[in-house]
Amino acid sequence: MLARRLIPCLDVRDGQVVKGVQFRNHRVMGEIEELATRYRDEGADELVFYDITASPEGRQVDVSWVSRVARVIDIPFCVAGGIRSVAQAGRVLEAGADKISVNTPALENPDLIGELALAFGSQCVVVGIDSLDRDGPYTVKQNTGNPDLMSDANRSTQAWLSEAQDRGAGEFVLNCMNADGARSGYDITQLKLLRTSCRVPLIASGGAGTMAHFADVFREADVDGALAATVFHSGAIPIPDLKSFLRDSDILVRP
Amino acid sequence: MSSVVLVDSGGANIGSVKYALARLGVEAEICADAEEIQRAAKVIMPGVGAAGAGMARLREHGLTELIPTLTQPVLGICLGMQLMFENSEEDNTPALNIFRGGATRLPDRPGLRVPHMGWNRLEMVKPCALLDGLGDDAYAYFVHSFALPVNDDTVASALHGEAFCAVAQRDNFYGTQFHPERSAGVGAKILENFLSL
Repeated sequence: MLARRLIPCLDVRDGQVVKGVQFRNHRVMGEIEELATRYRDEGADELVFYDITASPEGRQVDVSWVSRVARVIDIPFCVAGGIRSVAQAGRVLEAGADKISVNTPALENPDLIGELALAFGSQCVVVGIDSLDRDGPYTVKQNTGNPDLMSDANRSTQAWLSEAQDRGAGEFVLNCMNADGARSGYDITQLKLLRTSCRVPLIASGGAGTMAHFADVFREADVDGALAATVFHSGAIPIPDLKSFLRDSDILVRP
Repeated sequence: MSSVVLVDSGGANIGSVKYALARLGVEAEICADAEEIQRAAKVIMPGVGAAGAGMARLREHGLTELIPTLTQPVLGICLGMQLMFENSEEDNTPALNIFRGGATRLPDRPGLRVPHMGWNRLEMVKPCALLDGLGDDAYAYFVHSFALPVNDDTVASALHGEAFCAVAQRDNFYGTQFHPERSAGVGAKILENFLSL
């Protein structure tokens, strides 16, 4: 049986790990390799690095830190941000990343998902979706790394997830923007809804504040993994404590 | 003579495997040369991607005849392991025919995600030097959509809907469906065991 995955997300900006509230006001949290090693040692199951500066500024991800991370850690990691072509994705994977995640570039050019799946296999291709609930259907936002450039992608979250899945996405990270940074729990209603049409692994993102929030999202929304940043970076929820809490709640986690 | 070679089978994880060996103090060489592979003390066949492309790559380097005849320890990882079986349903690919059986697509049914991606527990089936020192609670990192049946060559299995072959061994040939290079302490132990064979 698959264990549920705990995934610290490290937002990378100008070579450092940062975190903002509702994607704004970023604060520096620490150095990339140092945090990657700390999480590996604490029992994180996977790491996600979002280069949040790359996409809005039209830059591609800097692969030098990717290979530095690949040398020091022995758990899987995914790199997101500014990957716009098969060639760029290939460089990131060759540098040692296990998966690449596309968000805004896939919205701008949906063919990219199929091209990546064909070149590297669906298992390497994660699609990140930034979803906002505005008293109606959930809608997708793009360029969320930069508040000045953030815009509506003019797509419903459910339609985009289905389309991306048909095009070859092997995993989804659903960033529920209403919940992000609020620490009042994952958006279970939304995740549950999207779970029904998602046949590949689904990762919850945005809203973790307590250990119970993790148990709730695994139990109620049946997600494969839960991603969080602040609660892990700040030390508010140590991963070993979270794992024993989840084990006591009868949720299967890796020892 | 290089003591450990990584067969350049075109997999994107080759760098990760090289780094994992480096963490254990072994500098492995990436190689597609038949003579050099034959001379190596240990051979590792990483592999990520589709079976058809993987076999085509081995054929291109003239390695499909050589690999089944090797007598030193050989370790196939993920696709590298699948290519050591008789065939794969993926691209209808005849493979190296070292282990018995063929790879088939994992069942896609409600509640069962394909690709099988994440940490899963190894169920020990019979003793194998590769798994020395691992307890009942060893989890490894898997990422795959095709799998091999449990059979006589299986030394450990894992469960995703049904049991499948997680680790295979026949004589000097070893295969792991999961990625030891990404399986934290459990993976490092397995690589260390392979290096000390």
